[in-house]
Amino acid sequence: MTSNTQKNAALDVRKIRGDFPILDREVSPGVPLVYLDSTATSQKPLQVLNAMDEYYRRSNANIHRGIHVLAEEATADYESARERIAAFIGAATPKEVIYTRNTTESINLVAQTWGRANLDSGDVVILTEMEHHSNLVPWQILAAERNLRLEFINVTPDGLLDLESYSELLKLDPKIVSFTHMSNVLGTINPAKEIIQMAHAAGALTLVDAAQSVPHLSVDVQALDADFLVFSGHKMCGPTGVGILYGRRELLEAMPPFLGGGEMIKRVELRSFQNNDLPHKFEAGTPAIAEAIGLGAAVDYLSSIGMDVIEQHEKEIIEYALERLEEIPGVQVFGPEAKYKGGVAAFTLPEAHAHDISQILDSDGVAVRAGHHCAMPLHNKFGITATARASFYLYNTEEEVNKLVDGIYKVKKIFA
Amino acid sequence: MDDLYRELIIDRYKNPQYRGELDPHDITFEDDNPYCGDHIRVDVRLDENGIVTEAAYSGEGCSISQASADLLIESIQGKSLEEVKALTKEDVLELLGIELGPVRLKCALLSLKVLKAGAYGLGEASDDLVA
Repeated sequence: MTSNTQKNAALDVRKIRGDFPILDREVSPGVPLVYLDSTATSQKPLQVLNAMDEYYRRSNANIHRGIHVLAEEATADYESARERIAAFIGAATPKEVIYTRNTTESINLVAQTWGRANLDSGDVVILTEMEHHSNLVPWQILAAERNLRLEFINVTPDGLLDLESYSELLKLDPKIVSFTHMSNVLGTINPAKEIIQMAHAAGALTLVDAAQSVPHLSVDVQALDADFLVFSGHKMCGPTGVGILYGRRELLEAMPPFLGGGEMIKRVELRSFQNNDLPHKFEAGTPAIAEAIGLGAAVDYLSSIGMDVIEQHEKEIIEYALERLEEIPGVQVFGPEAKYKGGVAAFTLPEAHAHDISQILDSDGVAVRAGHHCAMPLHNKFGITATARASFYLYNTEEEVNKLVDGIYKVKKIFA
Repeated sequence: MDDLYRELIIDRYKNPQYRGELDPHDITFEDDNPYCGDHIRVDVRLDENGIVTEAAYSGEGCSISQASADLLIESIQGKSLEEVKALTKEDVLELLGIELGPVRLKCALLSLKVLKAGAYGLGEASDDLVA
């Protein structure tokens, strides 16, 4: 593997930043952008912007069935992106890679198709207390409809999953364990392989919410032995509007379709239809073609740098950020120590609300998020309503961490 | 930004004048801002002529939401229920004395929304109350 030769190569952040035109902008005259909100959405490199632009300038056509050059090029580009995405996550075949709108839609797809076909009254679904709303609400909707029992793996005060509570829950004979690979608030990287092994040993399937892991870590669905794994394009240098559902082939083949319409059918009669083959069975209607092509360019971009190199860079940044944040009197950072987490630092200050922190940081160009980050139950668990969250990606630097820290001191001064 | 954190707002955030709960009360209402988890409850006591004799707010949130609640509650002391119902977004912005973007506007107007929903005796607070 070429990535082995790069393993110890440091990331050339200056060169990387040159790929992201938005990072050059000022948010107000003389105030450059310090973008620390990649957990919400990442910025996009020229390689991705150009791939989408090129598609619209040169090959724009609807995919499949068109017998003209543009339609053939568009189809080839769309399917080639799927092949590269499949390779990027180690899928056995591109047929296991379904384009959706985003992580949320992928989870809803599984809940509404696999869930409806396989879950009934009293069945147990295991989730965790650190889930994003997108991995809670789809199951809550199905639970109300089917009278399911939802159970939750506890989060420890350190922000880790309590695997002992998980062992206990597995005795309930759950049908599926759906969990986040990396928390969007705590940054915790959960031991996905172990969680999946334990689920399988108990006879349960697994869904991995990889929205935060696929952009930042090397993820291999076969090595993990995941049954379903879902993520979004826009958090991994790709565009909004495209996400992925990976599913094991035999599971996807047995599942009923999701949305009905064109492309997902083999033949249609007035009162009946026959499903198309994978992956098209789950892709009704004209998809986000340019966006799929953009996501293909994003995985090429990330692969060219090397996911292990990106992971190492983020480790260094988060270690530095935690060290600097902990120096500031009163700052409380949520989540585990650096070795268990990715590049996310959600924090509070006793004297100022997260909104005020975020607003004052913004005046110095530092973009962080404030609120519950779509994880209200997790915030309730920690007894807080809102945190300010700085998150890091391959283009962030230690100087940007310093600007964050300077900004927090400014907040403290204003609220002193 | 300096405007946003003018002394009045920081002062009211740190040293609120009208924080608390009133029991019994003639009007009470509470609501959240779902985007950021700000929470405000407003309690009002009226005399037999429908004049506000006492009012208080409780809850938590950012400086803008809490300071605007404090200033709003101050402003309704001695007002009639009809005057309270007629309060507008502009009244709150005048109390704060600052311009706000769309996100922070929601913070600033949460207390007015809660107050008016209570004054009108509504089951649910709607953004139309502070449009």
